[in-house]
Amino acid sequence: MSNAPAVTEGTALPAEPSAPRRFLRMLWADKFALAALLFLLLVVLMALLGPALLGDVAQKQNLRGRNAPPFEWARGWLWWMGADSLGRPLLARIIVAARNTVAIAAGAVLASALVGTTLGLVAGYASRRVGEAIMRLADVIMSFPSLLLAVIVLYVLGPSVTNVVLVLAITRIPVYLRTTRAEVLEIRERMFVSAARVMGASPRRIVLRHILPVVLPTLTTLATLDFAYVMLAESALSFLGIGIQPPDITWGLMIAQGKEHLTRAWWLSFWPGLAIILTTLSLNLLSNWMRIALDPTQRWRLEMRGRPDA
Amino acid sequence: MLTFIRKRSLASLVSLVGLVVLVFFLSRLTGDPTDLYLPLDATDEMRARFREIYGLDDPLLVQFGRYVGDLLRLDFGDSIRKARPAIEVVLEAFVWTLQLALVTMALVTVAAIVVGSLAAFRVGGFFDRVSGILSLVAASAPDFWIAIVAIVVFAVGLGWLPTSGTGTPWHWVLPIAVLFIRPFGLIVQVVRGSMISALSSPYVKTARAKGLRPRKIIFVHALRNAMLPVITVIGDQAASLLNGAVVIETIFGFPGVGKLMIDSILQRDFTVVLASIMVTALAIFLMNLLIDLAYATLDPRIRH
Repeated sequence: MSNAPAVTEGTALPAEPSAPRRFLRMLWADKFALAALLFLLLVVLMALLGPALLGDVAQKQNLRGRNAPPFEWARGWLWWMGADSLGRPLLARIIVAARNTVAIAAGAVLASALVGTTLGLVAGYASRRVGEAIMRLADVIMSFPSLLLAVIVLYVLGPSVTNVVLVLAITRIPVYLRTTRAEVLEIRERMFVSAARVMGASPRRIVLRHILPVVLPTLTTLATLDFAYVMLAESALSFLGIGIQPPDITWGLMIAQGKEHLTRAWWLSFWPGLAIILTTLSLNLLSNWMRIALDPTQRWRLEMRGRPDA
Repeated sequence: MLTFIRKRSLASLVSLVGLVVLVFFLSRLTGDPTDLYLPLDATDEMRARFREIYGLDDPLLVQFGRYVGDLLRLDFGDSIRKARPAIEVVLEAFVWTLQLALVTMALVTVAAIVVGSLAAFRVGGFFDRVSGILSLVAASAPDFWIAIVAIVVFAVGLGWLPTSGTGTPWHWVLPIAVLFIRPFGLIVQVVRGSMISALSSPYVKTARAKGLRPRKIIFVHALRNAMLPVITVIGDQAASLLNGAVVIETIFGFPGVGKLMIDSILQRDFTVVLASIMVTALAIFLMNLLIDLAYATLDPRIRH
């Protein structure tokens, strides 16, 4: 039971609000997080609908509009960010590129979180020897140069969106593995785990039903933060020419392509960079909010804020 | 302490050996250097001769055995690209990266501790809000984008600083400034969080009650206790800088180990790749050891 509803003037306790309402209220209390979430929804919307609506416009070359400067309203709203070196409108390209950018980051985060958490649960709960072996594996992955991995995958498996996801997912596994293992090592000594064990619960049940739910909020926060990190990593790979290859497109690749025309047309690199910054910033803000909202002992900070009776 | 160091060294050595084996075999998957270094119309004899010189004609396992044998005599092999001992090439580049990392991290540490502590002193105050937003923006920015914007503004537009290369102290300004931003944003947030909990502890209340000056309370009493988590993050960030800031070094034409790494990978200069992995791994190992020592010095309760 939450202690948030204030018991004033002897009125009866108000009914506990349902979970979605509670989270909406906590979101309303943190305007930065609210704005961040709205922006992220916009990005997701762009990723879902963009290629279908603007895919053709974003590919159509227009040599008379080469490096067209931004803020020229005569050409129509799609051109207000200017055009790239082949005369393709930048706004349309950014909207279309949102799909690959988001899909790669989401795929990599999901895959690495899934594998990393599973290994972390095993490493934390299984015997010492198994745990040590898994940790050494994590060390090797962590110190393996991600650039080399990217080049190997690029040459052996060929350039594709899936393979970039693979590279990024592998490099991020240790983050989840270490966090999960550290948490499990602490949680497994707690009373409720011992109780479950004494009652004869199988290790599998203990890990999945008793330990995992406690680790999950930390992992969710971590994954949100990591989403931003993976986006930056993907853009860095694409920038170096060992990530996404044209004609596929991401925001990072757009920055790289604009670099050639930097001195004449700054807007080519500027807008996609701004898109990346705003997205990662939103993810950071949302993750900060989640750290509080998902923690039952911290939640009151958000629940009390902005209340007239607080 | 000695047992602790011995145990740590052993674990690191195991990982390093695994890493070297993995890199040795996997990097060969990227292709044969012969195709890259000889012209397209090179005759088969020339190709065979090239493979013979660099020992590429033997089976992979034989090559690996020879490499390990050489390694035990501290011979890291020759760089194909530079026709010099690989270790020389790597150490030369590493000195550049080391300087860059040291200067950047020193600046980041001082700046982040001052800003983070001041923000924590009045939580929710004006300074706290401004620094909170700024540090978040700093931590979210893609550094290569900032590098590009900085070049456009300061090098091309205003003409104050050189665009790339080395030579004068001015060449260091932009790379350091760009590398500074992300670790700074991260560490300010950690310092702030850690300081807030340190400042709410009883001994700080006592110090305040005694009427000590705020500056003394923050930087003498609370800081030392708030430093532990901060040092961990500083170590992480320093490690990633020691690995070579690939993108930034590429953009600014900085001859560090990150640029060397990507060039060697793309040009199949396997010996250099392996040597730079080992050199940076050693450096990071030593730094982590220093961090553990710093831990033990700051908090006498920690005994290994």
